[in-house]
Amino acid sequence: MTEMITVRGVTKRYDRITAVADATFTLRKGDILGFLGPNGAGKTTAMKMIIGYLPADAGSIAVAGRDITEDPLKARNAIGYLPENNPLYQDMTVDEYLSFIAAMRGLKDPAAAKKRAMERCAVDAVGHRIIGHLSKGYKQRVGLAQAILHDPEILILDEPANGLDPIQITEIRGLIRDLGREKSVILCSHILSEVEAVASRVVIINQGKIVADDTLENLKERSSGHNIFRIEFLTAKDERTVADALTKIPGVAAVSRVAGDTFRVKTKGERETGNQIFRTAVAQNWDLAQIHLESRSLENTFLSLIEGGNA
Amino acid sequence: MNNILTVTRKELLGYFNSAIAYIFFTLFLVILSFLFFRLFFLQGIVSVNDFFGVMPWVFLIFVPAVTMKSWAEERKSGTMEVLLSLPASDLELVVGKFLAGVAFVGVALLLTLIVPALVSLTGPLDWGPVIASYLGAILLAAAYVAIGNFVSSLTANQITAFLFTAVLLFLLLIIGTEPVFSVFPTLIGEVVRNFSLNYHFQSIGRGVLDSRDILFYLTVIGLFVYYNIKSLEARSW
Repeated sequence: MTEMITVRGVTKRYDRITAVADATFTLRKGDILGFLGPNGAGKTTAMKMIIGYLPADAGSIAVAGRDITEDPLKARNAIGYLPENNPLYQDMTVDEYLSFIAAMRGLKDPAAAKKRAMERCAVDAVGHRIIGHLSKGYKQRVGLAQAILHDPEILILDEPANGLDPIQITEIRGLIRDLGREKSVILCSHILSEVEAVASRVVIINQGKIVADDTLENLKERSSGHNIFRIEFLTAKDERTVADALTKIPGVAAVSRVAGDTFRVKTKGERETGNQIFRTAVAQNWDLAQIHLESRSLENTFLSLIEGGNA
Repeated sequence: MNNILTVTRKELLGYFNSAIAYIFFTLFLVILSFLFFRLFFLQGIVSVNDFFGVMPWVFLIFVPAVTMKSWAEERKSGTMEVLLSLPASDLELVVGKFLAGVAFVGVALLLTLIVPALVSLTGPLDWGPVIASYLGAILLAAAYVAIGNFVSSLTANQITAFLFTAVLLFLLLIIGTEPVFSVFPTLIGEVVRNFSLNYHFQSIGRGVLDSRDILFYLTVIGLFVYYNIKSLEARSW
């Protein structure tokens, strides 16, 4: 697979604080890479270095095989960037703003590019409106339209769902997934579920250091933690009967009774195991009231990786 | 070159998208005319010398108001990140913004043409020095803009940019006035006076286009445009 972005041993210091320490990771063609870490972990600084906004103190960054210090303009052309907090010219209309970006990018057919980007991000209906008057969801889509205007191979999105309501988040996620089909994407977020919803690979950064770089599947598997399902019945059940039936399911480690009608099941697996528990309940003719995932191994892995760094 | 003009267009759009531009033009014209005509009818001389005499001082307030937001606002709102992710050089961005500021003040200057036009109705006006003074005024304004934009690039706060620019311009004006430069020994005083933004403007206003005066403004402009580029490169925010 071709490497779209190669970051090697990159370090950035602000006065006494090391924002990014010896970071190495790659974005491969076609990947949606989740760049995950708590606030202040160095995500934004890392992205700013990739787009050439901030110079790195050490290490090298290559975009599409070329070092960004050698050919910064080429790197800027290859990347579409949605900065954190989605800064926009609030006084401009959407049309004016995107026309400005198109002109600066020197596009061959700016009108067509603008039309395509606006349709893609569903802002074609608000072209004449002043950006400052738009809702946050629309503003975010204008920011995305700006990022994809020049049809870049790479997209870098820094906290694209920040401050959006659940419906807008779903829309933006759909859009990102859609864009990810043809572009290589880095998605920065401090929320695991955000990354999990769209990303194929995850890089976890904490206090400037990369603490994990793997596929979601591998991260789930390598975690020593368990998923915990909480099962509630309509009536009280005998602990032995339930435990005997459920421990037969592969992946179930332990079953314990919380109350007469409520049980906690420790498992290795997640969705598949949940389904098996449900089937068992049906086969046993139990009066199942509800079953839900109380705590998840991936979340625990994420937390332990981050806490490990803080300890 | 294309990028420069695109930036200029975007900046001008920013000025004219709000009512502030029109308020600015009106105030500029009203204040300048008031300061001039107040004395004009008392003196009874068909001359606009005093009109150009007050101009550097009126610019002192108006130009920093134009330039204060140029970079400070981009930094504060974060649009600087978008701007610097575009395939344009720092030079293109700086020059684009500079030209926009000059164009904006240029429009304001164009509107003031009504003043010499009115004066010429009262008697024969010598247009030679008037035209030279307008050329001087645009050079002076351009130097103010270059200084103002540079100061704006040092801060994310528009008010700070405004005040700092006004103070800096004030200092560069008063070193050309009698009470200031005359405190120095003659030779040094003459040197100090030559660094004044006003001194060269007055010289042009006499209707003599001296290449030294023009060169002075071009140097000031070049210097502060260069500083502006350097301050962008430093990315110290």
